[in-house]
Amino acid sequence: MKIERLLGAALCGLARVITGARAIHHAAQGSNPAGEPRVYYANHRSHIDFLLVWAALPPRVRRRTRPVAGADYWLASPLRRYVALSIFRAVLIDRGGTVHAAADPLAVMHAALDAGESLIVFPEGTRNVGDGLLPFKSGIFRLARSRPGLRFVPVWVENLGRVMPKGSFIPVPLLCALHFGEMLCLGDDELRSSFLNRSRDALIALAPPAA
Amino acid sequence: MSTMDVSTTLVRIFGAVFLVLAVASTIGLILKWRSGFAHPHATIDNLNARLKAWWIMIAVITAATWAGAWGVIALFALVSFQCLREYVSLAPTRKGDHRALIWSFYVFLPLQYYLIAAGWYGLFSILIPVYAFLLLPISASLGADTARFLERSAKIQWGLMICVYCLSHVPALLTLEIPDYAGRNLLLVVFLLLTVQSSDVFQYIWGKLLGRHALSKQISPSKTVEGLAGGMLSATAMGAALWWITPFSPGEAAFVALVINTLGFFGGFVLSAIKRDRGVKDWGHLIEGHGGMLDRVDSLAFSAPVFFHLLRHGWTL
Repeated sequence: MKIERLLGAALCGLARVITGARAIHHAAQGSNPAGEPRVYYANHRSHIDFLLVWAALPPRVRRRTRPVAGADYWLASPLRRYVALSIFRAVLIDRGGTVHAAADPLAVMHAALDAGESLIVFPEGTRNVGDGLLPFKSGIFRLARSRPGLRFVPVWVENLGRVMPKGSFIPVPLLCALHFGEMLCLGDDELRSSFLNRSRDALIALAPPAA
Repeated sequence: MSTMDVSTTLVRIFGAVFLVLAVASTIGLILKWRSGFAHPHATIDNLNARLKAWWIMIAVITAATWAGAWGVIALFALVSFQCLREYVSLAPTRKGDHRALIWSFYVFLPLQYYLIAAGWYGLFSILIPVYAFLLLPISASLGADTARFLERSAKIQWGLMICVYCLSHVPALLTLEIPDYAGRNLLLVVFLLLTVQSSDVFQYIWGKLLGRHALSKQISPSKTVEGLAGGMLSATAMGAALWWITPFSPGEAAFVALVINTLGFFGGFVLSAIKRDRGVKDWGHLIEGHGGMLDRVDSLAFSAPVFFHLLRHGWTL
């Protein structure tokens, strides 16, 4: 367990050095009370998005936060399995149609939340190779509905998609930033489409003007 | 003159700079003490953060100068790298520009500094204005994305010109062959850095002490007419006082200092206009109290090429 924690810290440090990533908090001070489990949701541009979000959290919070990732990708090789399960303690969910079909995705996320741990999710469901933000999958809504009062914190990952666009092998050493926004909750009787749009808008609002 | 003189001169100058810094830090401490250590004070805290950063920057410059030509070339290659990084991070590019960016960071930047080390002036002076200028849009066109193509190509070229080409003229001073000045070229780098950077510092001091009339609210809200005039005059006087480390007479030193300070001022002004357009205050966050690397060297980028050409055409054989 010790060596995994060390490896995790080393990977965080490496990712921060290479990307120069900084956390920028846009929420009013004190509006994101610490302690309670919450769900960080971010835009998805590369395989290391979750690492940057994870690295940007204070170490104490980081140890209680787990990325939610696709089992099909992270169980595909022994190395990935080790990285996902042992170093990052990822909550692996089945994105459909694989042999590794885990339990119901909601059930595994509930288990983590009930243990007092926070989650990092990417509601676009897949890496976005274009600009902006893809429509959200409904998983984030089902999670919100099944746990009333659960807080969702939007995190915009800036520039990472430009560091190494899909299909390229050499990273450009740009400076990345993580924009943390104000947390939101599912409203009473709020409809699926309304919550998905509202959470998506809150995330887009954190993005700096595009090219 | 022998190299022995050069090290003695360097020790004297850097000793004086550290002394000034020590006095300034003491004043900063007294100001903080009088305003109360418990209470935050935006201006005084920023002043002290700036001074702290200056200690580190001067220490790095001293170490690089100590290491000699290679140290100065390596230092400015790293400065260029960081500046280009900050610049491209703020100037949005698209996926189709990826190849051009790879060329800029990993080929043109190192090559430009290698050419200084190799002393190949002919290629040094045209590598980026001609070859990068032609090759980068070719490589971007292979990205098959025509959206705002000219704008994107221009942006990358401009960044390379400022962050790499212009800044590389600082270490390029080491390659000039000036009669009766052999072995002393490091002092030209010191003269340029001291004059231009002190101009920024003097403008800050005069602006804080006497600044009343804003110079340009749209571009640089903190710059004042009083700060500009006081800073220019002080830094020009300072350049003139340093004539003894240069190949210039005192009058020539004052003239050259005035020219590079004027350009340095506009360097900061032009790059501020870009920052305002992008809606940011600083290029980065590397240097506490100052912002990014590019915030610190913008004046150097504009003054270094002209200083280099003045010397090359006026003082070399």
